[in-house]
Amino acid sequence: MATKQTSGGHIVKSYDEELEHLNNDIIKMGGLTETQIARSIESVVKRDPELAVRVVADDELVDDLNYQIDIQTTRLLALRQPMALDLRHIVAALKISADLERIADYAANISKRAITLSSAAPVAPVHSIPRMSRQAQQMLKDVIDAYIARDVEKAVTVWHADETLDIMYTSLFREALTYMIEDPRSISICTHLLFIAKNIERIGDHVTNIAETIYFLVHGDRMRESRPKGGPDVENLSLSFAERAGPKAEEDEK
Amino acid sequence: MDATVETEPGTAETAATGTDAAKISARGVDVFYGDKQALFGVDLEIPENQVTALIGPSGCGKSTFLRCINRMNDVIEGCRVRGTILMDSMDIYDPTLDVVQLRARVGMVFQKPNPFPKSIYDNVAYGPRIHGLCADKAEVDEIVMTSLEKAGLLNEVIDRLNEPGTGLSGGQQQRLCIARAIAVSPDVILMDEPCSALDPIATARIEELIENLRERYTIVIVTHSMQQAARVSQRTAFFHLGNLVEVGDTEQMFTNPHDERTQGYITGRYG
Repeated sequence: MATKQTSGGHIVKSYDEELEHLNNDIIKMGGLTETQIARSIESVVKRDPELAVRVVADDELVDDLNYQIDIQTTRLLALRQPMALDLRHIVAALKISADLERIADYAANISKRAITLSSAAPVAPVHSIPRMSRQAQQMLKDVIDAYIARDVEKAVTVWHADETLDIMYTSLFREALTYMIEDPRSISICTHLLFIAKNIERIGDHVTNIAETIYFLVHGDRMRESRPKGGPDVENLSLSFAERAGPKAEEDEK
Repeated sequence: MDATVETEPGTAETAATGTDAAKISARGVDVFYGDKQALFGVDLEIPENQVTALIGPSGCGKSTFLRCINRMNDVIEGCRVRGTILMDSMDIYDPTLDVVQLRARVGMVFQKPNPFPKSIYDNVAYGPRIHGLCADKAEVDEIVMTSLEKAGLLNEVIDRLNEPGTGLSGGQQQRLCIARAIAVSPDVILMDEPCSALDPIATARIEELIENLRERYTIVIVTHSMQQAARVSQRTAFFHLGNLVEVGDTEQMFTNPHDERTQGYITGRYG
């Protein structure tokens, strides 16, 4: 796998084995992170605190793998003095593992909130969470597939898909805000939901980082794509809602 | 024959210093040892005040090319050079050119330190004396001191200038050879694996010296150590089977080479 782009393996066979091991650990970490997100969302949707507790505990598995990858990359850099594609392969592994570790942290955060949510009455905006999460999970799956196949085109597609996720986040934000204005008793629970949505939105950002890293890994250059960032400006959106809520709310805002 | 991959000099940050003007310009250089062709149509620009590293597997022609630059190949029987090599627009293979003068302008440092069996002082003074660069003893003293200083050796030998050069350590002997080369005020210094016989500390000293020397001189270095090429040079040229395969800014060559053969070589794979 590590030698995909250059014909023939290294003269030193153990170097090939080490690079392949690193590659496999990234794929393994990607799979583990996918499972963590899926379970964390399931714990929210099914109001399952036991599953949520498990996700929080399993975050350590991802952290351990991340640490192993740190050790492997440091060792490879020190002992092999990698060049060209090998160098990029190792640097990419270091960066991707950091992004995956962060994504898994968001899954654990979501599960922590799921524990709180499970003991409160459900609110309507929660139904938008699975849809948003499906988008993020698909992006993560695709970016890991792009990594495995060193498929830049696929990575770029994933990178563009983040826009959809941002729009979903803005829409959920709007929905939750309306809900809170209508029923201030829901503020506490909706705030948890907003944080969950924000975590999912951040997962998308880390997935796009990984897509950019794949581009660098293959081409040795920076990705120069551009797209509108994040849909409507959420901060301004909140202000317009405050205005609509009347002069009292506007004063509080100030 | 495959075309050489060439990227414009000075695109990477490392090459920002130096002038990018070509000091030496090789065009279609073929070299034959008897019937055997060692170099095939090499086109290479060597920028002024930069370090250009020539890398490639043994027998790829990198040292052959290096020796073309000061016509050291002239002394090898059966060796023929075709094509042109210009230094500051002067054809160095012009039959009317004085080779001795050329070699004063293009100094050379070899793999194994080869000081003359003379004192440290005389090793450095030898060149300026035979080239008539100094009028009196004071001027010779001046050249010897500055050359040893530039070669980073003066402090270590100031109390024993009259002791034999061969009594110095390997690394010191190599720096003495560099002092000897720069004593005749060359424009270009050619180095043929100058650190291969040295320990890592002596190697680091030479590399530091190369970095300092490039302010005044254009340096071309042949090295088998890719890490060394990456550390000391701004431009890197990769030779393979007598062809110049790829030349580019060192940073680009070692992070993102364009040619598959370059990548195979620098990453330690089968070519």
